[in-house]
Amino acid sequence: MAIVFEKTKGLTDKETHYCPGCTHGIIHRLVAEVLEELDVLGNAIGVAPVGCSVLAYDYFNVDMHEASHGRAPAVATGIKRAMPNNVVFTYQGDGDLASIGTAEIVHVAHRGEKITTIFVNNAIYGMTGGQMAPTTLIGQKATTCQDGRSKAHSGMPLRVSEMLATIDGAAFVERVSVHNPVEIRKAKKAIKKAFECQIKGEGFSIVEVLSTCPTNWGIAPTESLKWLEANMIPYYPLGNFRTPEEA
Amino acid sequence: MAKVLMKGNEAIGAAAIQAGCKYFFGYPITPQNELPEYMSKELPKNDGVFVQAESEVAAINMVYGAAGCGVRVMTSSSSPGIALKQEGITYIAGAELPCVIVNIVRGGPGLGGIQPAQSDYFQSTRGGGNGDYKLLVLAPANLQEMVDMVQEAFDMADYYRNPVMVVGDGMIGQMMEPIEFRTPVKRELPSKEGWATTGTKGNRKPHIINSLFLDPQGLEDHNIRLQKKYKTMKENEARYEAYNMENAEIVLAAYGTTSRICKNAIDKLKEEGINIGLIRPQTLWPFPEKAFQEIPETVKAALTVEMSEGQMIDDVRLALNGKIPTEFYGRSGGMIPTPDAIIDKIKEMLGGLK
Repeated sequence: MAIVFEKTKGLTDKETHYCPGCTHGIIHRLVAEVLEELDVLGNAIGVAPVGCSVLAYDYFNVDMHEASHGRAPAVATGIKRAMPNNVVFTYQGDGDLASIGTAEIVHVAHRGEKITTIFVNNAIYGMTGGQMAPTTLIGQKATTCQDGRSKAHSGMPLRVSEMLATIDGAAFVERVSVHNPVEIRKAKKAIKKAFECQIKGEGFSIVEVLSTCPTNWGIAPTESLKWLEANMIPYYPLGNFRTPEEA
Repeated sequence: MAKVLMKGNEAIGAAAIQAGCKYFFGYPITPQNELPEYMSKELPKNDGVFVQAESEVAAINMVYGAAGCGVRVMTSSSSPGIALKQEGITYIAGAELPCVIVNIVRGGPGLGGIQPAQSDYFQSTRGGGNGDYKLLVLAPANLQEMVDMVQEAFDMADYYRNPVMVVGDGMIGQMMEPIEFRTPVKRELPSKEGWATTGTKGNRKPHIINSLFLDPQGLEDHNIRLQKKYKTMKENEARYEAYNMENAEIVLAAYGTTSRICKNAIDKLKEEGINIGLIRPQTLWPFPEKAFQEIPETVKAALTVEMSEGQMIDDVRLALNGKIPTEFYGRSGGMIPTPDAIIDKIKEMLGGLK
């Protein structure tokens, strides 16, 4: 019998702890497949964040560090400077990257650090139980803004990709989504380009992936995918903000 | 090797490079700036890398990343900067990574001042970070001892897979003294191959650098293992210098720059026929408890002298365990105790003792 599909070698056999309908699993698989296709699994060192993907070190089949909250880009800097020939990446959520870790993400881009960041934006704090994130949309309910986020109180949601695209050292910046198969394929292409950018030594690369959180949004998984498309994409437009040719 | 005259902060950098340190991540803060400046100039000439981080927080996390790859790495700062590094330090201790951290102490609390102080004794020995962890804390009193200790610190860190902190007050960082680079006593250092993240090369299981243990039993087991390691450090690494202890009536306890001032006071009093001893901890953790437990019968009281409002005195009291009265004399905020002020305090105590 011919084998038509195999799980990527980039993931371990460990069962993930993610909630039903959460898109972290898809994003993990895309990153792992890209690392395998680029033949860098034996050469990769990843950094897991604090947040829902805190246990990512158990799922990626590569050497891993677990960083403190928001500091993954600094940890990755230490790794890359010590091991310049390895492929180094961080995998971070929006609380980790866009809130507590803003200094680290801005400066890893500013230094043009040759690492790749996978930024999973689901517009909420998942692990801690659905608190407001800097990325939470106006009117979106969270446990720390129970009537919905207001601009007057909390400001407008932070657009990380647009912000980082203003920094010269950010060689590759793209926002993608994983709410349907077409977008998943595009997301994988962007992730691959980001890692290729690192391997070619062109500078810092980041892919922002719009993701769902059915549990904390309080919406069923299939509805969550529709909610993402209808609400997140208008505010967080998909597309490339920076490529090495422009940089 | 011939002696060279160097400024303290630069001598630390030179000693680190001698010891094979290849990576330095730092952030500017007075009074330790000559050290990162020196490293930025000298490390690239020695196949190393210097990165000026965006903050102390980022710098210590860069150290965490590099240390996890098994390389010799260092950072330095001064008191408020070390406060910012505490989160990273507890992660490094929890993940059992070797590195060297230098604190050129200035006065506090808060932004404090920029003059020499010893008010970070608690911060160094109790840890400002969370959890049951310990650092090896070395406290040199002169530049020769500083360069010897910095070199040995890298071996100690590798030997125990533990962060080592070298504490010098601003005086030690800023002054110049002749020094000689010597090779530290050789230790059998364990291989890092079994844990360092260098890429699996497809022929081993992934290595994970981590301090997260969600299973309570797993975390307690980890803590018990750490405590065993700390016990070994306590048994093997406590160091001190005893000065003029024979027939001493009072024993002084002081470390770093303050110990040198105490020696001046002791020598002056000796000319007057008054015998005072000194125990100078060279390691703040582990604290040399034995030195205090074995003081001669002639000693009737202890006096702890610090450039703080009284921190090491807690450990002196714990070590003496009520055996003799223990008093304190200190200056803080960057003020330096004078030999005469120490002599006055000793004479006041002797009056009370007689």
